[in-house]
This record gives sequence, C-alpha cells and structure tokens, in this order.
Amino acid sequence: MKKLVYPFREKDVRSLKAGDAVSISGIVFTGRDKFHKAFADGDAVEGDFRDAALYHCGPVVVKRGGEWKVVAAGPTTSVRENPYEPKFIAESGVRVIIGKGGMDKATLDAMKKHGAVYIQAVGGAAALYAAAVKRVAGVKRLEDFGAAEACWEFEVEDFRGVVAMDAHGNSLFSDVAVRSSKTVKALFGKK
Amino acid sequence: MVRTAVLPLDRGRKDEEGAMKGKDVAEKLARLVADTASALPEDVVAALRRAKRREKKGSSAEAILGTILDNCALAAKNGTPLCQDTGALAFFVSSSLRGIVTRSAVEEAVRLATERGALRKNCIDSLTGASVDTNCAGGFPIMHYVDDGFTRRGTGKVTLVLKGGGSENMSRQYSLPDASLGAGRDMEGVRKCVLDAAHKAQGYGCAPGILGVAIGGDRALGYETAKEQFLRPVGTAEGRSENPVLARFEKKLLSEINSLGIGPMGLGGETTVLDVKVASLSRLPASFFVTVAYMCWALRRKTVFFGGKEGAR
Repeated sequence: MKKLVYPFREKDVRSLKAGDAVSISGIVFTGRDKFHKAFADGDAVEGDFRDAALYHCGPVVVKRGGEWKVVAAGPTTSVRENPYEPKFIAESGVRVIIGKGGMDKATLDAMKKHGAVYIQAVGGAAALYAAAVKRVAGVKRLEDFGAAEACWEFEVEDFRGVVAMDAHGNSLFSDVAVRSSKTVKALFGKK
Repeated sequence: MVRTAVLPLDRGRKDEEGAMKGKDVAEKLARLVADTASALPEDVVAALRRAKRREKKGSSAEAILGTILDNCALAAKNGTPLCQDTGALAFFVSSSLRGIVTRSAVEEAVRLATERGALRKNCIDSLTGASVDTNCAGGFPIMHYVDDGFTRRGTGKVTLVLKGGGSENMSRQYSLPDASLGAGRDMEGVRKCVLDAAHKAQGYGCAPGILGVAIGGDRALGYETAKEQFLRPVGTAEGRSENPVLARFEKKLLSEINSLGIGPMGLGGETTVLDVKVASLSRLPASFFVTVAYMCWALRRKTVFFGGKEGAR
C-alpha cells in the first residue's frame, strides 16, 4: 500500500503506477455534476485545488451538535464529468481525481500532460469512506448546489483506493476491457 | 443520520388470537429493513473472504476485496447502511401471512426505517423528478406473496432483498436467436448470452457480482425469476440448482466468467462474479428469452420468521 499525503506533489503522483493500491491522507474536495457544469459555465467554485484531490462523490452529511458529520461518502460514476475534466485538471492544478468506473482518453491525456492520477474508490464502501473523513473543514456552494452536489472540503485519513489511470497514459480499465474481449471471443469459439 | 421517535422494542408480541398487531408487524419489519441494509448475509461474506484469499498477494484485487470486507464489518458494527445506495426493496412474504404482513404494514416499516436513517431517501417520481421522501410510492417497495410451504395462517417468513441501481443498470434480457452473438435457441445460445452480459457489465455493476439467470418465460416472468435466484445461498453446495443439468451449467459459467479477468471493480483479478444461479421456465414456441439479472457484491438479504420457525409449517 503506497501512502499519499497532502499536498500531493507532482513527482509523488508521477511515481504511481496503474494497479498500485494507495492510502490517501489530507485534503479531498468533493465535486460532481453541478461542480463541473459551473466550471464549464464560467461560474467555477472558488478554491485552491492545486495539489489537492477531487472526489466524485455525493455524500450524505448531517449537522450534529453544530458540527458537520459525514454519514456516507462512497464514489459516484465518473464518466459524466469526462467533458469537463481535462480542462479542470489543466487549470486547477488538481493532482488526484477519485471516482468510480474510470474516465476517457482525453482525461487520461490531460493527466499525463499535467501530472495527475485517477483513483478508483470501491463502489458501495460508503461506511468505510465516511469513517475515513476525520473532519469537514468547509463547504462551498451549499446553498445553490444542495448537500449532495456541494463542494465539501474533507480532511481524510487512510482513504483507500487503487490507481486505475496513471500519469503515464496507462489505464487498467482499457487493459481489462481489451483482455476480457479476447477471452470472451475465444470462449464463444469453443463449447 | 436523523433518528426520530424510537418505538418500543418488538419481542414478537402476539395478541390473544395469536396474530401480531399491525404496529408490531411494522416495527418488526422496520428492524428487518435496518438489519438488511447494514449487514451482509454470512454466505456472501464468506464468499468475499474466499475471493480475497484467491487473489494474488499485494494485488489491487486483493486490496479492493479487503476494503469491501472492512466496510462490511464497520457497517455491521455500527448498524449503518453498508452502501449509500440502499437500493430497491423487494419483500418476499409467505402466502400464509396474507392479512398480517399487509402492504400497509410493509409501507409503514419502510417509512419508519427511512425516518431513522436506515434507508436513504432513494425514490424518485419519474414524471416530476421529485424525491418521494418516504420511499413508498408508485410500486415501491416491491412486494411478492410466495407459496413457500407455510400453511398455517399467521406462521411464515418474510425475506427482504435490497438491490442497488448501479447493478440493476447492468441487467440484460436477450431474445434468441441473437445474430450478433451467434447465439441459437439452445443451451449453447444461453451460455453465450450469459457470457456476453458478464463481459458487457465489466466492473460497472460493482463487481464481483452475482448473476441470476432465467431461461424462458415471458419477459416479465424472466426478470422476476432471475431476481428470485438471489434468495439462494451464494458460493455453497446447497445453493446450487437442484436440477443436475443446471447445477453443472452454473459451475461451468462461474469458471468461464471468472476466466475473463475483469476482477473486483473491473480493475483485473480472479473474481469477476461470486456465483451464477440459473433457473429454467417454460416458454411459448415463438419466444426464447434469456434474462440476466446483475447483483452487486452487496447482496443484502435477510429473513424473519413469524409464529415460530420451520417446525410450524
């Protein structure tokens, strides 16, 4: 298990390879559909995303005793942000994208060019990821985006995932798709 | 998590006629909902543990299965939902419980469980796009009365299965012959459909999944039967089909699908599915459907008994 600690520096991120299991500690911002749409519309969420992580996640967060408490924080499907992510990576300096299901070739190319990685979080592991959030450091655009779409700033400890797309142009998703297509074709050929 | 009024604990209290009161039934079922959402059944946990042992030491597949198991242990300990998608709820109720486990008791249970935070507000009005905050409307929760051998009124069981939307999106129905797959109207054709469904799903339904397959039927019965297969134990000999032909077919599909190397969450590995369950139905001469229901690794299933256990049949 490789450890990634905020601030995530370019050289550390570039040292990761597709397939590496990682444990992340530090600042993770959440951002999903409305976050990306606002960025594309010139109404970007203000914040310093340089060397931080962006998590495709719509968490369940409740206020308890005046403090925000994260109840569930599993990943959401990342493909919907494909049209926006390359530009966001280029302009924000974000180093780590966390999500589910992977992203397209344009995003992979942007990650290679600017030094970023895509980390697959485990779908469904909402309880464990909620427990990895040690503190909610802040929230942006809660009023207009709503709680599930707002940009939450989480301080996480030992948030686990797997590098699925690295900064060298490798994607486990496309490797697996190519390999499994060959195998299924071979199986179709025999009884 | 919002926790509102806590009702008195249910101890299976009965009135003089031996039938539980409506409020007690709803409370018992609300606890069933909360327990089902927070803890996986033992057979599924055991299958995930075996899968983790099969993966290469230090591989990403092993790490993902470890994360899944840690998540499940934590959710079970805290009694919180193990996945944020608390899913579509399907209640399978013994016919002998008609009039006791009623639609209104089931809906009351789901409302209570939602209020207590055991379920996410997870129900959308398809016309307006508005959230139905009670999780009860327009066919949800799903409810089936089944003839399962219980005959005495007031005795029987209720099994609840929760199925998330990401996995449901990976389910498919085929109509044989299928030229694109080269699949004809025979078991070879059925095999190709199941392999194709597993391949197309990749890891997107939260692999390693469990496949429920129905051969034949009309389209609606095909999906219903495919999903009923999730009631059978996963990864054990007793969970195999009683039909020896289907049992062999299940084992063959399990090993062939796992040879695809899609692995946990689609990042590669030995375990693409935990199990495959197949049922055969009759069909019309003109139709030959093959229905493949995809269930994510989070197969949440639990049973409660009413009026005593099996002996009371």
